[in-house]
Amino acid sequence: MDALIQALYAIPIVGLVFQLGGYIIAVGPNVAPGVLQAATPVALAALCGVMCERAGVVNIGIEGIMITAAFVGWYAGVLLAPVLGTADLGPFGANPALVVALVIALVSGVLISWLHAWLSISVRADQIISGSIINIVALGLTGYLNNLISKTSPNGAGSFIQYRPPHELTDLPVVGWLLGMFLNQGPIAMSVIVIVVILQVLLFRSRWGLRSRAVGEHPRAAETVGIDVIRVRYRNVLIGGVFAALGGAYLSMEATNSFQQEMTLGRGYIGLAAMIVGRWSPVGAFGAALLFYSSTALGNSIKFALPSGDLGTILGGLPDQVYDALPYLLTIVILAGVVGRSIPPAADGQPYEREATA
Amino acid sequence: MSETASSPRLPAPGRAAQRLWSIIALPLISILLALVVGAFVIVASQLVLPGAQFNLLLPLTAYSALMEGAFGNFNAIVGTLASTAPLVLGGLSVGLAFRAGLFNIGAQGQFLLGALGAVAAGVALAGAPSVVAIPLALVAGFLAGAAWGFIPGLLKAVSGAHEVVVTIMLNYIAKAVIAAVVGGPLRQQGRSEAITPDVGNAALPIIVGSTGHAGILLAIIAVIFVGWLLFRTTLGFEIRTVGANPDAARYAGMRPRVVTIVTMSLAGGLAGLAGAIVILGVTHLMTPSFGTTVGFDSIAVALLGRTNPLGIVAAALLFGSLRSGATLMEIKAGIPVELVDVLQATILLFLVAAPVLQRLFRLRGVKSGLDTTATLTRTYGGEASVQ
Repeated sequence: MDALIQALYAIPIVGLVFQLGGYIIAVGPNVAPGVLQAATPVALAALCGVMCERAGVVNIGIEGIMITAAFVGWYAGVLLAPVLGTADLGPFGANPALVVALVIALVSGVLISWLHAWLSISVRADQIISGSIINIVALGLTGYLNNLISKTSPNGAGSFIQYRPPHELTDLPVVGWLLGMFLNQGPIAMSVIVIVVILQVLLFRSRWGLRSRAVGEHPRAAETVGIDVIRVRYRNVLIGGVFAALGGAYLSMEATNSFQQEMTLGRGYIGLAAMIVGRWSPVGAFGAALLFYSSTALGNSIKFALPSGDLGTILGGLPDQVYDALPYLLTIVILAGVVGRSIPPAADGQPYEREATA
Repeated sequence: MSETASSPRLPAPGRAAQRLWSIIALPLISILLALVVGAFVIVASQLVLPGAQFNLLLPLTAYSALMEGAFGNFNAIVGTLASTAPLVLGGLSVGLAFRAGLFNIGAQGQFLLGALGAVAAGVALAGAPSVVAIPLALVAGFLAGAAWGFIPGLLKAVSGAHEVVVTIMLNYIAKAVIAAVVGGPLRQQGRSEAITPDVGNAALPIIVGSTGHAGILLAIIAVIFVGWLLFRTTLGFEIRTVGANPDAARYAGMRPRVVTIVTMSLAGGLAGLAGAIVILGVTHLMTPSFGTTVGFDSIAVALLGRTNPLGIVAAALLFGSLRSGATLMEIKAGIPVELVDVLQATILLFLVAAPVLQRLFRLRGVKSGLDTTATLTRTYGGEASVQ
């Protein structure tokens, strides 16, 4: 037996895999909160995708909704801070201006979603083109306005800060690091897990969920039993917009306290990949987002604390950009590998035309 | 010339004019409406900017500075042509893929890789005679872009991964690749900042004015080539058939998977060529943050030009002049060059909402804004594009 293990270690690749496993176990508890933080905007984007596509509307425009909300939230904070003040309200570093700005950001997301809903449901434009163009519009407009505004170098309303859970909880054996991962967070990142669970239950256990899925699978049949297909689709796209906007607001109001041009960096698209990997279910999409960003968190950790041994020499020799590109690479690999086996809602992406009322 | 009033048939010139109008009506209306929206944005942005004087005529100042920057004198016109050339190539890239029912959002990544290929070959051949160095550097750019287009084509054909998501991801990866290569193997020795050496003899000759490089000729040749390919060859016929109706194409014995891969590779190559002429004709070297708006403008160019090679030339001229004139607009009117992004986005928005415009302006017998999109959304998600 010992001889077998010795032989296993002697094979170079297997030895490296063992070293990597040991390294992950060693740094896991430290990077876990970072994984959830990195995954939060992507998970929210994926939830927007689930909402839309379960009802049969493809939404490539999530990226555009996110960047709009990120900009609007930040700039609303800039305008509101002198009016409403920035007095501390609670454990999350919330202040009146910040909270109102967050609400405004969510509303902006709903408005952009409305545009996509109108173009793809009412005008029956090609949904991929409509979504892509919403992205171009949003990136262009926010870039233009940001350029105008940043000339005055304004002060924002600050950002939400992380909650510090008591040591008694995080020091618990086995589950301590998990509690730390979910509690050592700001309000938006912490709310994701709640939203995911509620949405999962609603989508598969409620009347609304059944109707949504019916509209996404077979709209004609849904209409014959009296479901208003157009209305259900509008509603789902608009609610999805709230989630995407929350993800965008996270970037400029919780992860940082300012807006940068193109700060979403393709997270809307990565969210779509997470949705596909998670087979159009909220819990699955959330899990996929966590999986994607485990690699990034690991990459960041490797930059700071190189693992020892051969593994360290190999990983240390890679350029930094490899780790930057990792989530994008993973998205492609997973799309190429998994999509063939996961099946989207049957009427996904098909515009619906009401039966003639004769 | 004797035309009876009762006859509904127009004389030949009239029919031609009517046909032309049916093609250009919607793009033209979209452009005009976008200029109006742009004017509103300019006026409204004065409200956003604290301390700015309110000036209702600012849009006029901005637009006239834009025109002056693009066409004000001979050098400005040459500069406009130089910024149009890569847009023509990029527009052809997106347009060609569109004809096959593929939405190539990844022109930006292919553009970057093409630029990287050209600069790598150019630096290696900097001392070689230009007759050898220039063609080889251009071919390197084409091949690097084609490789970057081959990946999404292959993935779509084999596993059905949608090209929109894959190409966007490849755009970000291309950025990382450039930063890694320019900061690493291609980095010029003895400089404190990461930058590549000059391409030397591989630089494209200047043929007109002070900035009019030979890439302009290359763009014209590419237009003729793509037109010939699409409308005069078997491959072009297959591309158009697969885009219009993949089932019919398969029934007719064509191989949609192969067409998908070949088209995406060709499209990538064209975008790569756009990157190559920017490197070899304009910058002559590369920094880790190299990047222009060409890739994303290409999408607008292709859609506004109705994916037709001649339409693409017209649309590329429009955006080329906007990009080229925007700097003077920023200097004279204080409007950020990103206004061009706003104009471009609005044009696209109106094109998508074409059915509404048709109803609004009572346009009959006018072609819709975007056609040949039969397979775009249909192939989204799990369904392998072409079985």
